[in-house]
Amino acid sequence: MDPLIIAGRTFESRLFTGTGKFGSSKTMEEAILASGSELVTVALKRVDISNTQQDGMISMLQHPHIHLLPNTSGVRTAKEAVYAAQLAREALETNWLKLEIHPDPRYLLPDPVETLEAAKELVKLGFVVLPYIHADPVLCKRLEEAGVAAVMPLGAPIGSNKGLRTLDFLEIIISQSTVPVIVDAGIGAPSHAAQAMEIGADAVLVNTAIAVAGQPVRMAAAFKQAVMAGREAYLAGLGGISVHANASSPLVAFLDE
Amino acid sequence: MSFEDIFRQHRWDDIKSAIYAKTPADVEQALSRSRRTPDDFMALVSPAAAPYLEQMAHLSRQLTQQRFGRTMQLYAPIYLSNECQNICTYCGFSYDNPLRRKTLSGTEILREIEAVRTLGYEHVLLVTGEAHQTVGVDYFSKTLPLFRQHFAQVSMEVQPMDRDEYEQLIPLGLHSVLVYQETYHEEDYRKHHPKGKKSRFGYRLETPDRLGQAGIHKIGLGVLIGLEDWRTDSFFTALHLDYLQKTYWQTRYSISFPRLRPFSGGLAPKVDMSDRELVQLICAYRLFSEEVELSLSTRESGQFRDRLVQLGITTMSAGSKTNPGGYAVDPQSLEQFEISDERSAGEVAGMIRQQGYEPVWKDWSAFQ
Repeated sequence: MDPLIIAGRTFESRLFTGTGKFGSSKTMEEAILASGSELVTVALKRVDISNTQQDGMISMLQHPHIHLLPNTSGVRTAKEAVYAAQLAREALETNWLKLEIHPDPRYLLPDPVETLEAAKELVKLGFVVLPYIHADPVLCKRLEEAGVAAVMPLGAPIGSNKGLRTLDFLEIIISQSTVPVIVDAGIGAPSHAAQAMEIGADAVLVNTAIAVAGQPVRMAAAFKQAVMAGREAYLAGLGGISVHANASSPLVAFLDE
Repeated sequence: MSFEDIFRQHRWDDIKSAIYAKTPADVEQALSRSRRTPDDFMALVSPAAAPYLEQMAHLSRQLTQQRFGRTMQLYAPIYLSNECQNICTYCGFSYDNPLRRKTLSGTEILREIEAVRTLGYEHVLLVTGEAHQTVGVDYFSKTLPLFRQHFAQVSMEVQPMDRDEYEQLIPLGLHSVLVYQETYHEEDYRKHHPKGKKSRFGYRLETPDRLGQAGIHKIGLGVLIGLEDWRTDSFFTALHLDYLQKTYWQTRYSISFPRLRPFSGGLAPKVDMSDRELVQLICAYRLFSEEVELSLSTRESGQFRDRLVQLGITTMSAGSKTNPGGYAVDPQSLEQFEISDERSAGEVAGMIRQQGYEPVWKDWSAFQ
């Protein structure tokens, strides 16, 4: 597959994964390995920050091809996010950050105002910022201007497995973005991931659909294939969809008469 | 507006009659919806829902797994004091119950902290009676920072306070507050709380509002099951939850369903709730709110708790001591109630793993 480059780092896999909701750390490790994912997000709030070497989850992610993407899940404001980012950079030794600010604990919907403010500040502080946001094309442009490395618009509420409910807006975002677009949240089945890739997303991030599957490792492998297939289809150029049959009684044939 | 305005629009007897009048058709309609209303909740806790328990349990398991994954959060209660100026007919710490009173000092607290840390806990729940002279806001202001240094998440189950007092404690490390209404039946509430500040029904009822206004991260709700008709009391809890979620939308919520346990000199439950009924209630809460945390303590037996890991519960305590100093300082002091599941934290964590679930000790960092 053609490689994806974000902030100078090259990824062979366009499937990013998460670490939450697995029944055990071992299953998590096996599923992530089966997915081929090279970028794995970790909620800082779940990590023993004072002693990351001993942390059960982090120790399972020590593979040379896996890069950690700490996320700020749990923060409610830009100020808290900046503080969390600095803790993450120190504890996990990476300046990459998935910026998540969802003050609403019910649907975990991202706060656009706080996210933009935090993104500006974090870019200044030298972070590689990947913000989780609503599928809002204008916000994406504003974040681009702020200097983020990619945007991560949602397909549906996080953990909902509902698929690309924001399809029309994702298409607008993809068509006008100058940074990679990673569809995050809501992808519940390999077919959803393939669809996101087919419309030109640069990558997808999948967590719940793998972690909560009957067989997480097998599902991770299924997602790997779907993402590859979707990307190939995008590169191959999908045929247009014809809504109507060709008219048997042409309306403008008289022009040729 | 506060919850009291909504509460006053509902009469206990009307709600009770409505619940008992629910039909299988109402239950089926509630089951078929993707979002459920307080009226649907009534159907799900009604006797008419009993034959649908298997279906409710499957839905509850699926919704819980999707939202929370295959995980179970663990916490330990730490009792700081059994001094109390309230008379509560069902409580071991009641003012009129003759027992040796004890409030942990700073050095004793450090010993308890060490003992609980050794067990692996990152989330703790601080518990006291209501005694403003000894365990008032000043005591908590001094105590919270001690806990905050050693634990990722500190919750409290103590007397209700004013908004400004909560605003004072939150920056010191207070993450969440559990405040159970005990019962929403106002007359019965007065009967069970004849003396002390707790006798003020309205002040207690509005405590979650004050907490929400103060910007707390999480609020725990619940009633003491056994005091009154549990179906009606649970409806009011659900109504309270519904109001709070809409009003204080940045706060998370948890619900507990403690069944009255025996203690020395205590009251027998007026209303019994069977295991089957408790499972029905747990599933009804999950179907009503996909995101609410549901917590089950060591009041329940080990055997029963094991079976509930996969049915909707998201949080458990384990190896609990319900007496001040119970972990290290004074293991023999009198407990608030007899715990039923006496297994250690390690044993409970092992049981959770055996079911293919991950015990989660830490799910919070204070990013400020």
